[in-house]
Amino acid sequence: MFIVNYIKDIFKGVKSLLIGMKITGYYFTHPKEIITEQYPDNRDTLKMAERFKGEVVLLHDEKNEHACTGCSACELACPNGTIKIINKFEINEEGKKKKAIDTFVYHLELCTMCNLCIIACPTDAIKMAPTFEHSVFDRAQLTKVLNFPGSKIKAGVE
Amino acid sequence: MLSLEDITNTIHEWLNATLSPNLALLSEFVIVGFCAISLFATLGLVLVLMERKVAAFMQIRLGPNRVGPFGMLQTVADTIKLVMKEGLTPDGADKFLFNLAPFIVMIASMLLLAPIAFARNFQIWDINIGVLFLSAVSSISVIGILMAGWASNNKYSLLGAMRSGAQIVSYELSAGISIITIVILTGSLQLSDIVNSQENGWWIFKGHIPVLISFVIFIIAVTAETNRAPFDLAEAESELTAGFHTEYSGMKFALFFLSEYINIFIACAIGATLFFGGWMPFHIGHWEAFNHIMDFIPSSLWFMGKTFFLIFLMMWFRWTFPRLRVDQLLNLEWKYLLPISMFNLLLVTVMAIMGWHF
Repeated sequence: MFIVNYIKDIFKGVKSLLIGMKITGYYFTHPKEIITEQYPDNRDTLKMAERFKGEVVLLHDEKNEHACTGCSACELACPNGTIKIINKFEINEEGKKKKAIDTFVYHLELCTMCNLCIIACPTDAIKMAPTFEHSVFDRAQLTKVLNFPGSKIKAGVE
Repeated sequence: MLSLEDITNTIHEWLNATLSPNLALLSEFVIVGFCAISLFATLGLVLVLMERKVAAFMQIRLGPNRVGPFGMLQTVADTIKLVMKEGLTPDGADKFLFNLAPFIVMIASMLLLAPIAFARNFQIWDINIGVLFLSAVSSISVIGILMAGWASNNKYSLLGAMRSGAQIVSYELSAGISIITIVILTGSLQLSDIVNSQENGWWIFKGHIPVLISFVIFIIAVTAETNRAPFDLAEAESELTAGFHTEYSGMKFALFFLSEYINIFIACAIGATLFFGGWMPFHIGHWEAFNHIMDFIPSSLWFMGKTFFLIFLMMWFRWTFPRLRVDQLLNLEWKYLLPISMFNLLLVTVMAIMGWHF
């Protein structure tokens, strides 16, 4: 039986090697499959993948309204203190005091793009944007305020 | 039609007519040496570029594409960079051996060039033990590699060199046995005889399955002998930081790099000569018209085409298969390749005695 297994081994080995060579041979003969992005040249037409995580953004609609309630779930979820939310109290039209964000501080230089804040957000107010050209000359520029000036929470988001 | 044979004959006659015979011979030596060195330099440039392009296409990349059209001048730029770099010798190294090693490796690959038939009657030295010479001299390069590893005074280098020694010594056996199958079928060690015996068909077609098996064993064994992936344990970038040439820089590193590619070329040239008929054109039985068309392609082109096909095959291996472990490497040789090649040798011998080949 040893000799049968031995010969079987050889054929199995050769077959698996040939399967591997078939795949690389296919790629070699089909240059259309090449996925290289010639980055600085195709900067205008570059489309990043859907799953790419470049930085955290707070989504604003055309009325300059966002969905952040200031619950600071993202701040708690962040493993390295990238997000800091400073809250304020607003008085709404019914005359009640209501919590709202004053500034949504985001330290890009600390962020590892782990996506935990986006998962933690109960109102889907924040999202990962596919931008990646983050280099600046001054480190202070990496500390960003994500809510636009004058923005306020969308009506109906609790 | 102008062929390489005519050119060499013209030069030979002209030199003998103008100079005394000894001086003519001396100047022929110089010309041959110059041709060999320039062939090496161009081969190094072309093969490195080819390797990078093949690797890129197999990995769905583009490869070098900035220097010159399609990155054609990339290797020229790399060579210029390497020439400008400092050739550093580490403090604890054995200086003499350290500086000698790259030249030993290079000379070993240069010697191998002598008996190879590049075209019809275009051969530096047609000795009657050509195949033996090739397999004997090709194992000298392991001395250079061991020397480099030892003289570097670095444990990674020494480990790489020892691995390389174990590998080359063991794979030489099956490479040698698969070469012997062709020697048995031809009945001669002379490379020009081997090529001439394939006039009516290359051995890979004439010899049926046994020669095909010995070709497969040959190509595996020479891949291992030239220290290429999947058998690149001697270099093993990821575990040994380039193994025996860790400490080398500048042109001395370039010599190692160049000799790797020259060895590939020579191994593939031997494979092309033994199994694919060297410079013999492709002929099919009695198709006179087809055979005549094939004869119009120059013999040097046939040789280069076959050699580059085999080189491509080795690059294909390199960029497809993962690296073997040391024990797997020796298992493959001693438990699989050697028994199979010995059995195959017996089969070929029976075939040659009974005259079962075409």
